[in-house]
Order: sequence, then C-alpha cells, then structure tokens
Amino acid sequence: MKLVAVTSCPTGIAHTYMAAEALEQAAIAAGHEIQVETQGAAGAEALDPAVIAAADAVIFAADVDVRDKDRFAGKPIVSGGVKRGINHAAEMVEEAVEKAQAAPASAAPTAVPAAPAGPKLGPGAKLRLWLMTGVSYMLPFVAAGGILIAIAFVFGGAEIATKVNGGEFEGVTYEAIANPTDILAQAGFWGVLFYIGGLAFSMLVPILAGFIAFGMADRMGIAPGVVGGLIAVAVGAGFLGGLVAGLLAGAIVMALKLIKANQAFQGIMRIVVIPLVSVFAVGFIMLVVVGKPIAEAQSWLTDWLAGLSGVNAVLLGLILGAMMGFDLGGPVNKVAYLFGVGALASGDFTVMAAVMAAGMVPPLGLALATVVRGKLFTQAERQSGKAAWLLGASFITEGAIPFAAADPLRVIPSTMVGGAVAGALSMAFDASLRAPHGGIWVIGLIGNPGGFLIAILAGTAATCLCAIALKTAWRSTATAADEAAMPVI
Amino acid sequence: MSDLITADLIDLDLRGADRHEATAVLAGLLAAAGRVTDVDGFLADVRAREEQMPTGIEGGIGIPHARSAHVTAPSLAFGRAAQGIDFGAEDGPADLVFLIAAPEGGGSEHMTILASLARKLIHADFKTALREAPDAEAVAALIKQNLPS
Repeated sequence: MKLVAVTSCPTGIAHTYMAAEALEQAAIAAGHEIQVETQGAAGAEALDPAVIAAADAVIFAADVDVRDKDRFAGKPIVSGGVKRGINHAAEMVEEAVEKAQAAPASAAPTAVPAAPAGPKLGPGAKLRLWLMTGVSYMLPFVAAGGILIAIAFVFGGAEIATKVNGGEFEGVTYEAIANPTDILAQAGFWGVLFYIGGLAFSMLVPILAGFIAFGMADRMGIAPGVVGGLIAVAVGAGFLGGLVAGLLAGAIVMALKLIKANQAFQGIMRIVVIPLVSVFAVGFIMLVVVGKPIAEAQSWLTDWLAGLSGVNAVLLGLILGAMMGFDLGGPVNKVAYLFGVGALASGDFTVMAAVMAAGMVPPLGLALATVVRGKLFTQAERQSGKAAWLLGASFITEGAIPFAAADPLRVIPSTMVGGAVAGALSMAFDASLRAPHGGIWVIGLIGNPGGFLIAILAGTAATCLCAIALKTAWRSTATAADEAAMPVI
Repeated sequence: MSDLITADLIDLDLRGADRHEATAVLAGLLAAAGRVTDVDGFLADVRAREEQMPTGIEGGIGIPHARSAHVTAPSLAFGRAAQGIDFGAEDGPADLVFLIAAPEGGGSEHMTILASLARKLIHADFKTALREAPDAEAVAALIKQNLPS
C-alpha cells in the first residue's frame, strides 16, 4: 500500500521530524511505502503531486494546520497530533491502511496530474500560487462578512445600512452610531450583524495582501503585506491595490532576505531591519506612488461620467455596468456606484437600478459558472461559489473577489461584460431603484422589477459564459498542470 | 560552523524539581559556552513553546526547544536525569533531556542538522547508547557521529 504523510509542529525543529521518522519506520515495518512531507523549519520539500495522486491514504500528524490540505482532497485521511505520530505511529499507519481498504475504489480519483509536474513551478504558476495563498486566507472573511451583511439586509431591510452608518433613508434620518457598544440599542440585532459583517469585510484587502506576501516570503511578508493592504483600503485602491501591495511586500522581503548578514547581525535583521524597511517601503510606495494616481484617475472618471449624463441612457448603463464589474468594490467601481447614488439624490432613480444590477451580477455569474463547469474551478472556488449566490443577490459585489484575485485576467473581463449587459438592459427596461443598496431584498423599492430581474439574469448568463469561455480557451498547459500540481488553497 | 554539541554542554547528572528547573540548568551550560546571550529571555521562549504542548515523548525523552533571538549558534545541551523529570509524556518522566536552541534566523543547513537529530531520537538503539555512554565526551562523540557533517 502507498501512503503519504504530512508532519508539522509549532516550532518545526523537533517533533515534526521525529514524527516523520516514526511514521516512516512504522510504515516500512508493516510493509508499506510512505513519503512524508515535513512542514518544519528546515524547509518543506513538497510532496510530488504524482506521489499524492498514487497514494492510497494520507496521514496528518500535525499540531498546526497542514499547509495546502486541498492537495489531499478525496483521499482517506487519518489525522492526529504530532505526538500521536511519534508515540503511536504504527497505530496511525494501521488505521490509514484500514481506511484505504474501506474506501470504495471510486473515492480516490482526485487530482491526477495531467502532466507529472515536478516541484519546480514556472513563473506563471508561481504567481498564481501566491495569489491563491492570499485568496485562501481571505475566503473566511468574505464568507463570514458577506453572509452577515446579507442576513442584515434580508431581515433588517434596506435601511439597516443607514441605521448603522447614519444618514437619510426614505425620508427618515438616522443618527450615526458614535459608540459601537450602543449599536444594539440604536440599530437593533440586524444592525449588529451589519456592523460585524462590515468589519470582517474591511479586512478582505489587508488579509489578501498580507497572505500573498506570506506565500512569497513566509512570515516576514505578513507585516508589510497587511500594512500595504490597509493603505490600499485607505487610498481606495480596492482589491487590485491589495494584489499590488501583497506582491510588492513579498518581493521586497524576498529581496531583503537575500542580504547575507553575519551570525550576530542575523537576529537583528529578522526582528528589526526587515520588518522596518519592508513596511516603510511598501507603505511609502502604496501611499505615494499608487495612491495619488488612483485618486486622480477617480476624479477624472467622475468628471467624465458627469459629462456623459446627456448621452443615451442604455450606453450610460453599459459603461456604468462595466465599471461596476471592473474592480469589484475598488476605485472604478466606487466611482460608478457614487455616480448612481448622486443620481439618486438628484431624483433620477434609473441609474441606481443599473448600478445595482451590474453590481449583483459578478458574484452571481461566477457562482453559476462554478455549477455549470465545476472542473474549471478549484475546489475552494466551488465552495465559495455557494456563498456567492447569496452575496450577489444582496448586491455584495465583493463576493466575486476571491475568483478575480486568483485569476484576474480571465475573471475581470467576464464580470465587466456581465455588468455591462445588466446595466444596459436595466436602463433599456427603465427599471428604477430608490435605495442605494440591498440587492434582491429591496425588490419592493424597484420600479419595473420584471425588467430588472431580466437584466440581472442576462448579465449573470453573460458573466458565466464569458468566464467559462476564457477559462477554457486560455487553459494553457501551465494552468492545466498547476491545477493539479498546485496545492490550490 | 561550530559543533552543535560539545562535552561542556552535557550534564550526566541532571537534577531539577520540575522541567523548568532542569531546562534552566541546561540553559546555564549554553550561556556559559556563550551560545545563549540572555538566559532568562531564552528560557521564556522555551517556556512559551512548552506551554503550547509539552515536549515530552514516550520512551523517556524530553526535548524542550525554541527558536530564539537570544541564541547565537544552533546548539544542543543534553542531560541524563537518573530520577526522571516530568516533561508531560503520557508514559511518565523523561531521563534523557535535550535542550535544543536555534537562533531566530537560523539558516536551513542548521535546521537540517537539528531535523536529523530529531529523527535519531526515534531509534531505540540511539537512546540505549545515550543511556549507556560512560562520560560526557562519549555522549558528545556519539551524537556527532549520528549527525550529518
């Protein structure tokens, strides 16, 4: 029988290797083959995907999370603490063998690599791996934050956002919540959900950036990545800004690590110099080099849109829709959204409807694509597709970010096309909307809801088809291989 | 690269009321050899690690360890405790105690050496040889022999 195992422990200098040795000894003694990946401080040599594919069962002896667990999806797994691997290795091996025998033969055919890709990844695959690392750590924030906000809208009504943030909604003025601990009294239970969800969402970009840098440069990458991500949020650069911040932070730390310091200086390097220099460099670049042009581009776009007000309504809807789908909550999306809110304030309700339709489409279209052509998506993406239905229906465009951050070049065109279709059709049907948010749950505030729904369905279909077409057409050999080779999320 | 272990890092009559005392004795050896700059800081790091999960392993082994900024060179201190010291292993106290000190930014070649030492500890014959070695020099030689150079 062929086994694979992963061992890891908090410090990664002792137990990881003891468990590896014990498992190897136990497996050999019992007449099985085993390969162990030690995720420790000596650097983990990743298991060859071909070896994983051929394995009959998997053993985890780990006290910290096994990295890239999805590589083993579908295999019979025995897991325990690292000490169990050391003290009771034979028992774990035996259990793994039993599980492998009990598993139906059909349960094992997971990711068989298209090409037996070695551990060396090309630059494209590496980049994708880094992005996927960031996305995988971001996903729980998207799911938790998005669903909390969606529930708040469903049960709290469209006014919940205004109740929490303050402002006027449908003629009622709400006071902003000055002290977060007053929120239950002032905005009610659904307001609490909205607030928590919003905070979770505010971490999307910092976590994305921090863990892209982590994927590139290990622990040292997290600080500059997170700080760069926070600045991306502060300057309104959205998730694309987060991608830039993360890659930048990772690259800077990788470069700093190349500096050879003598033994005495090495501790200082790690504890002070690298964090200090990398955080400053990333922060400075994000603020000054990235932030400023974005702000200028935004004001230029805003002026440009204002000049377009007279043009054909359908064309305006098309442009706004494409903008909504471009960066999914980023600067361009914000300009389009604020244009809709501005129109709302001046009594034009159709623009807001087009903007919301276009903002609902990206998560919906990608969710549909994961159902129609699941094979084009990683397992984690298929999972987040399930939440994306609810997020899209609630006009939480950010639900599409995990897809876009992992594969921007194919996903962003798809969300732009879908947004454009939805925006144009919504305008063509003359649908209107009196609330600046809420998604399908504020259908009561929508004029011509039938037309609005048709616009959303058409946009969803367009995003779905486009994403499938691009992912199929561009599935270069590198991607096909990395899909299997890559420890996707 | 300096040796991971030398005879003056070995205490064949290790005593201590509990694992923290025993660890402190071994840490003192490391400090005396100039391998640890701040004993208290280093012990705090070891203790933090120990609190995550006791480092005792069945078969009479305790391996307190830490990666710490107070360590100048990857080092191993070894103690034999005839009366046994509890390191939290399920089958009872440890009579072989390894204190592993790794610098915070240790290069991976050092880590590889520590990894192979950890692997050795699984083998009963290595443990037996450690228990039977007559003096500190013999223990140091035994450990060096079993590590990749």
